[in-house]
Amino acid sequence: MAMSASSSDQALLSVRNLRIEFPTRHGTLVAVDDISFDILPGEILGVVGESGAGKSLTGAAIIGLLEPPGRIARGEIFLEGRRIDKLPYEQLRRIRGRQIGAIFQDPLTSLNPLYSINRQLVETIQTHLPLNDREARARALALLDEVGIPSAAERIDHYPHQFSGGMRQRVVIALALCAEPRLIIADEPTTALDVSIQAQIISLLKGLCHEHGTAVMLVTHDMGVIAEAADRVAVMYSGRIAEIGPVQEVIRTAKHPYTHGLMGSIPLIGHHVDKLTQIDGAMPRLQEIPAGCPFNPRCEQATDRCRVERPNLQTAQKSQVACHLFDETGRTGVEARAGE
Amino acid sequence: MFAFIIRRLLQSVLVMLTVALIAFALFRFVGDPINNLVGQDTTLQDRQKLRETLGLNDSVVVQYWRYVVNTAKGDFGYSYMHRRPVKTMLLERMPATLELSIISILLALFIGVPMGVYTSLRRDGFLAKIFMSISLIGISLPTFLIGIMLILLFGVILRWLPTFGRGEVVALGTWTTGLLTVSGLKALIMPAITLALFQMTLIMRLVRSEMLEVLRTDYIKFARARGLSNRAVNFGHALKNTLVPVITITGLQLGSVIAFAIITESVFQWPGMGRMFIEAVADVDIPVMAAYLCLIALFFVVINLIVDLLYYAVDPRLRVDGGGSGGHG
Repeated sequence: MAMSASSSDQALLSVRNLRIEFPTRHGTLVAVDDISFDILPGEILGVVGESGAGKSLTGAAIIGLLEPPGRIARGEIFLEGRRIDKLPYEQLRRIRGRQIGAIFQDPLTSLNPLYSINRQLVETIQTHLPLNDREARARALALLDEVGIPSAAERIDHYPHQFSGGMRQRVVIALALCAEPRLIIADEPTTALDVSIQAQIISLLKGLCHEHGTAVMLVTHDMGVIAEAADRVAVMYSGRIAEIGPVQEVIRTAKHPYTHGLMGSIPLIGHHVDKLTQIDGAMPRLQEIPAGCPFNPRCEQATDRCRVERPNLQTAQKSQVACHLFDETGRTGVEARAGE
Repeated sequence: MFAFIIRRLLQSVLVMLTVALIAFALFRFVGDPINNLVGQDTTLQDRQKLRETLGLNDSVVVQYWRYVVNTAKGDFGYSYMHRRPVKTMLLERMPATLELSIISILLALFIGVPMGVYTSLRRDGFLAKIFMSISLIGISLPTFLIGIMLILLFGVILRWLPTFGRGEVVALGTWTTGLLTVSGLKALIMPAITLALFQMTLIMRLVRSEMLEVLRTDYIKFARARGLSNRAVNFGHALKNTLVPVITITGLQLGSVIAFAIITESVFQWPGMGRMFIEAVADVDIPVMAAYLCLIALFFVVINLIVDLLYYAVDPRLRVDGGGSGGHG
């Protein structure tokens, strides 16, 4: 791996060679295959990819909530230098919520319909912090204020069904922030929301994490959200990282042919195009991932080597990219493509 | 909420009137009531006179109304067979049936719910699989067979428990209870288990499948992701969300248990209402049958009303009407 061991010393979260498998009757499916990345303190790392690329599974694996039969087959996960992927359930439970918060996709189903917002907040606060009922309620109120619930003092005793989708996602964010975690894993936090509310939620999340110095792993398939919020972005394809680097660099000079196609498919305001570029074909299903580079059947620049040998992450500019076009160091994506 | 209760009460009254109509029809259409009251040698004039005094010559509507009013006052008439007020007979028998039924349903709840939770949490565990297998037996074996087998084992072979009757009872006013004497309690064990077994397995399987459903929901995953303890997640968050269907089924089953304690009461010679009903059927004792019908209907209506009110207690989405979905800020 191109990443040096020393980087994991300062990293808040280090994932090393993570492999997630699903044993089935028809053999083992590899959903996430040998991925490594770091998240620095206070950093927002966007993880982008199509459905089934393994982004959400990676998030679930980090907090130890992979649904059986899914399991971590190989690899290591470090939180502030401490290995957490082999911890017993009870110890990992204490990390969840306390050190790693989580935000889920659908705010309409993320809250227990039978308990008031207050009860759910207080329960979570008291699980992690030594506060009495009155202190916990005061903290819950402060959190609701912070996430922008208007007249929080009145609404704290309301039930989830009395809140709109956007408001519920704010409550979910408050729940994730209950114990001031160092890292939040946000799994498609805006996908289920109205477009007009998505931007509010993203800027709220970004602002809060900036204030609290909280790092975020922002899982999404929305490049707009990534461009808006992320510092760095990891592009996933078929359970592997295709490209990872600073968000502006990845967007402006996409290196991996897949990323390039992904960027080409986003319309730009002010640029008139008759037809958006598209990547032909679909991401292979887990049991049909081809040998070599998983993208090779859809890649216009694929060579015989791509069909046989799996590319490793190569450093290119400030990014790293898993593509044979970048094996010779120093070539940029543009040059590589021009050379074809 | 208040309007809802009023509406439900009116519906209940309608149900009771319908049941009363059926009970009333029993008198009219299962033979001539006069024949059931008098001997064969009664003269036609005497029959006519009796018909007049009993009001049987009035219009059907008037007779029905009179029946409804009397029934509402608790006057079910006289038993043809025993020549005693049906009301007195019911009051004598009711405590036995209610004690048996309520103990059974409590047994079913307090064993069935924990077993259901356990089997859902340890889905692939050895003990859970054993519970599931046993529950198949409980659900498929007929009640009378279980009762007879229990009598054979504990009554005849081991001689631990009495095979019939209610044991000694203590009178608390008009209510006779078997719960305060040792022999009464011992006599209760086998009938209660027999009656509870089916309900227990039903509740266990219901709780299990509901729990499995709820455990897959996002709010349970989110609760785990917040680091809540397993106990808080499984019992605080998951179990409470299974309660609505469990309450519904338990309520309906309590009604059935009271109504269909007949079989268990017959097997164990339990002096309850069910056995009284069976005897009444054999004797074509229509006042008793009609009264039993009305009483069971009343139990069902009351239980359903309580079940509906319990929904409100459990689920805030029903409790708060309107409340405003709250605009987004």
